[in-house]
Amino acid sequence: MSAAPAAALLQPSPEYAIDTKKLNLWYGTFQALYDVDLRIRQGMITSMIGPSGCGKSTYLRSVNRINERLGYVRIEGSIDVMGQNIYDPGVELIQVRKQVGMVFQRPNPLPISIRDNILFSHRLHAKGGGDVHQGTPDEIVEESLRTVLLWDKVKDRLKRKATELSLEEQQKLCIARLLPVKPKLLLMDEPCSALDPKGTEAVEELLWELRGQYTILIVTHNMAQARRASEECIFMLMGKVVEHAPTEEMFVTPTHQETADYIEGRFG
Amino acid sequence: MFQASALNKRNESVQKLYRMLFGMMTLMLIAPVLLILGTLIAKGGGAISWEFLFTAPTDGMRSGGVLPALLGTVWLVMVALMLSVPIGVCAAIYLSEYAGDNWFTRTINLAIINLAGVPSIVHALFGLGAFVIFFGFGTSILAASLTLAVMTMPVVIVATRESLQAVPQAFREACWNMGATRWQTIRRVVLPNAITGILTGVILEVSRTAGETAPIMFTGAVFFTPFLPESVMDQTMALSLHLFVAATQVPGIADEVPFGIALVLIGLVLTMNSASIAFRMWLRGKKKW
Repeated sequence: MSAAPAAALLQPSPEYAIDTKKLNLWYGTFQALYDVDLRIRQGMITSMIGPSGCGKSTYLRSVNRINERLGYVRIEGSIDVMGQNIYDPGVELIQVRKQVGMVFQRPNPLPISIRDNILFSHRLHAKGGGDVHQGTPDEIVEESLRTVLLWDKVKDRLKRKATELSLEEQQKLCIARLLPVKPKLLLMDEPCSALDPKGTEAVEELLWELRGQYTILIVTHNMAQARRASEECIFMLMGKVVEHAPTEEMFVTPTHQETADYIEGRFG
Repeated sequence: MFQASALNKRNESVQKLYRMLFGMMTLMLIAPVLLILGTLIAKGGGAISWEFLFTAPTDGMRSGGVLPALLGTVWLVMVALMLSVPIGVCAAIYLSEYAGDNWFTRTINLAIINLAGVPSIVHALFGLGAFVIFFGFGTSILAASLTLAVMTMPVVIVATRESLQAVPQAFREACWNMGATRWQTIRRVVLPNAITGILTGVILEVSRTAGETAPIMFTGAVFFTPFLPESVMDQTMALSLHLFVAATQVPGIADEVPFGIALVLIGLVLTMNSASIAFRMWLRGKKKW
């Protein structure tokens, strides 16, 4: 890939938002990922399923390079995000974090006001003239909160602390605060596992709203959720990708025995 | 069916016994504090007057007031704070937010703990050798405050580091994952959440600094000077040393004078603490700075 980011911007956006080639990852001496080749289609919702420890979270965390914070992680292979390998030496980590937003299992809003939470990353990235939302702070806050279907609920208490919100609202806020810096990709690591069924439904509804505008990669333990809320599905086992297919196809006619066994709940 | 068995009753009485034991220990803890305050007010309260606070001692300290010592202590504490708080807080931020967990960091931590355990008289000799003689500051407020700063630095570092580490890791992760640098994370999230704890450390330091006698005896405080301190290069009187002198070195002094001096010293520390507690509450209300 060319090293000039300006040239990369001018290219038409590729069909695949993430193109992973021969990704191997070790935690110390333990190998967590084996030759992972994955292409995630742009603008779609792709879910990742598999038993605990199969490497799905590890994969997700290598797409915005949080894994390496641990220090004892070794990575081989490449992950192209929007056509550019994020493990190239010239890549600025701060830019990766801007383009690839991450939502965690436990909602983690900052202990500041709802408004400041939304504007936090915008303030970080707007100064250098980066490609961010160009509106006034008020417009940004309103638009982001409207996108995550939270505006009507919180518009009268934007100055209140975000940690006072319910878990579901906190999780939506955590998604909303990524949007003002115009990320290309949203990674979600079991975003609903701390929520009740109603909250889960609300977040899934939100995923469909965001679909198209953002590429969404969601790790889930909940197979019903993968089936309801994704268009393509990836099944991983022991650090390897077993199957990657349109969700409906995988759940109706899985091509591998392990996939069928897992989906039907025979192990996991 | 639901009556208390013999065992229940015995357990209950044992439980009451322990409750009483712990309660009494708590009482014993506050008793000395109350006794000290009570004695000081009873015996020294009579000495306190505007004249006592705002004039210099006269007649070989047998009459007059404590103004030079009072101002001297304020100078010593303030200068020591100005030296130790920035260094201590910055070092704690480095240790908590930047340094990895390796042998070097562990050695530094060990050194800090040991520094906290060094007796104050040893610090006094160090201050005399290093600041008074080697750096040539002479016996001055600067040398004395430097000695006090070195001595109380561990308190600041430990308190700051602990309050930084009390900030949940999830807040930092959230910031980093939005592309914030370490410094942006520290400035906007970690410090605002840790500031109250850091101020507690500073309060502790004020109390300890104001009361220390040994480290300033050799380095900047004098038994008596009729002059008020005007710069950091001046020698000065200090309340703690003045108390020692009045209580042991001046024959025929009125009984209430040393008690009065002690009362002024405690009052000064309490005033400074209250100011920082008020500041802390104000910050907590704001939570944004």
